[in-house]
Amino acid sequence: MAAITVEGLSTVYPGGVRAVDELDLEIADGELFALLGPSGCGKTTLLRTIAGLETAAGGTVRIGGRDVTRLQPGDRGVAMVFQDYALFPHMTVAENIAYPLRVRGAAKAVRRETAARTADGLSLGGLLDRRPGQLSGGQQQRAALGRAVAASADVLLLDEPLSNLDARLRLEARTFLKKLQRELALTTVFVTHDQAEALALADRIAVMDAGRIRQLGTPREVFQRPADTFVAHFIGSTPMNLVPRGAEIIGVRPEYLSPAAEGLFTGEVSVVENLGVTSLVTLDCGDDQIGYVVPEDDEPAVGTTVTVDAPPARVLRYDEETGQLVR
Amino acid sequence: MSPLWIVRRIGFYVLVSVVLAFFAVPMLWLASAPFDEKPGLGLRWPDWTLGNVATTFDHPYALTSLVNSVVLCVIATVVTTVLAALAAYALSRVRIPGRDLLLYLLLLLSSVVTGTAAMVPIFVMMLQLGLIDSRFGTALVIAGGMLPAAIFILKDFVDAVPRSYEESARVFGASPRQVLAHVVLPVARPGVATIFVWAFVNAWGNFLLPFLLLRDVGQQPAAVLLRTLYDEGGSANLTVIPVFSLLYSIPVVVLYLVVSKRYGFRFHGGIKS
Repeated sequence: MAAITVEGLSTVYPGGVRAVDELDLEIADGELFALLGPSGCGKTTLLRTIAGLETAAGGTVRIGGRDVTRLQPGDRGVAMVFQDYALFPHMTVAENIAYPLRVRGAAKAVRRETAARTADGLSLGGLLDRRPGQLSGGQQQRAALGRAVAASADVLLLDEPLSNLDARLRLEARTFLKKLQRELALTTVFVTHDQAEALALADRIAVMDAGRIRQLGTPREVFQRPADTFVAHFIGSTPMNLVPRGAEIIGVRPEYLSPAAEGLFTGEVSVVENLGVTSLVTLDCGDDQIGYVVPEDDEPAVGTTVTVDAPPARVLRYDEETGQLVR
Repeated sequence: MSPLWIVRRIGFYVLVSVVLAFFAVPMLWLASAPFDEKPGLGLRWPDWTLGNVATTFDHPYALTSLVNSVVLCVIATVVTTVLAALAAYALSRVRIPGRDLLLYLLLLLSSVVTGTAAMVPIFVMMLQLGLIDSRFGTALVIAGGMLPAAIFILKDFVDAVPRSYEESARVFGASPRQVLAHVVLPVARPGVATIFVWAFVNAWGNFLLPFLLLRDVGQQPAAVLLRTLYDEGGSANLTVIPVFSLLYSIPVVVLYLVVSKRYGFRFHGGIKS
C-alpha cells in the first residue's frame, strides 16, 4: 500500500503552457482522492504526470516513499483507467483483464484464473469471452476497472471514470466504485469536472485552477467553507450567491437561505425553477440576483417581494480584492 | 413503353454485354485453353486433354520460374510489410519537424524513381554490389520501391489507433515492442493485411526489375519467363502459355482468399467514444 507525495511538481507542454504549476500534494494511503476543477485546469495532466505518461518539468512524485519521478509508467506500481476505458478491441474481456499479467509473462492458466476471479467480483462473470465492442457502457467501465485491479498495483488512477456513462448508470457506478475502493483499500485518485461526483465519492478533494490547488479538504469543508470565491462558485449544484457589500463579498448558499421578516436580502421574485422536491427561486435585488431554495409547496408567486435570511454561521465573507475567505 | 424507351433499353443491354464480354473472354480463355488439345488465341469449346499440362511441366524453366517468383515475392513482401509497419509506427508517433513533408516527398520521389527513370543507376549499383542474378538482391530493390507507398498507407491506419490504447498498455508495464505487437499491430491489422496483399501482388507482377537484374534464366521469375515462351518457329508457344498463365494467376487469387478469410479486410469494431 502506498501514499502519494507530490512536491513542487510542474508539467509544461510544448509551447510553454504550465498545465501543472509547482504543485504540492499529499495523498494518504488507502484514501479516495478527487482532483476537481473546470476543464483545462490541469487535473488530468497532474494525474498523467503521477502515472508517468507526462514528464515532469520539475519537482518530484513519490509513491510509497519511493521517488518515481523519472521512472517509466510500468515501473511505478500504478494502474490507470482511461476516460474512454482504452479496452483493447481485438481482445476478449478475459484477455483484457489479464493483460497486465501477460505483460509480466504469467502462464495462460494463471491469467485465465485471475481474469475469471476478477470478473466475478465485478459481476462480469458470463462475459469473459465477449469483445469490448459487445459490452454496454457500464460493463466496459467495469472491465476497465477489472484490468486495473488485476494489475495489483499500489495506486489506482481514474481519469473521469464516470463521464462516459448516462446519468442513471453513473449513480449506480458511483456507489459501486466507492464500495470497490473500500474493499480493496487501494489508494485511489480520480479526476472529475463534476463537483457532485467529487463530493459524493471522495474522502478528500483538491479543487484545481490554472495548474494550482485552490483548496484541499474534505467534501464537507469544501462545500461549507470554500476557501475563495472561485471554489465557492464552482462547488454546489446551485451556485453560491456572491454579493459585494463594501470591501467584502458576502457568500451564502441558496440552500441556507429562507424567508424571514427581516434579513440579508430583499427583492422581487423573478424566476421559479422546479428542482424536484425543492424549487430554486431567483430574487432581483437591485443589480444582484439572489437564489434561494424552498420546499416544493412553498413556492412564492412571481412578482411578490420576499426577504430572505440565513443563520450567521452559514454566511461567509470574502475579501473583495483577493477573493480569499475572511471568515 | 414507348419505342424510344425500348430502343434505349436494348442499347443499354448491348453496351453492358460488350463490356462484360471484354472482361469475361480472357477469363474464359484462361479457363479453357489450358485444357484444349489445340489451344488457339480464340475462344472455343475445348477438346479436353491434360497434355498441355504435362508439356508445361516438362519445360525446363516453367516450374523453376514459378518457384523463383514465390521466393522473390515472399522476400519482397515480408521485407516491405515488416519495415513499413515499424516505420509507420515510428512516423505516426514521433514528432519530427517537417514529418509530413518528408513523407510526401518520399512518396512522390519513389513513384518517379522506381520507375524507368532510375533503371540505369539501379542496374549500375547492383552490378557494383555484385547483386546481379541474385534473387535476394532483386527482392530488396523491389521492396525498396514499394516501401514509401506502403509506409504512407500504413501510417494512416496506425494514426487511427487511439493513443489511450498504447498509454494503457504502457501503464501496465508493456515495453515499446510489446505495445507494438500486442496493441498497435493487431488493431491496425486490416491495414497490415492490405499492405501484405498489395505488396505481394505488386511484386508478383513486377516485370522490369527482375528482367534487368536477373540475367540468368534459371533465376528469372514467371513474369519474365512468360515473354520467352516461343516455339522453334518463333511464334508464341500456345501449348505452354495457357497452362503457365493459369498457374501464374493462381497464387495471387489464393493469397487474397486466405488473407481475406483469416485476417479480414474488415474492421472488427473499436469502442465508440
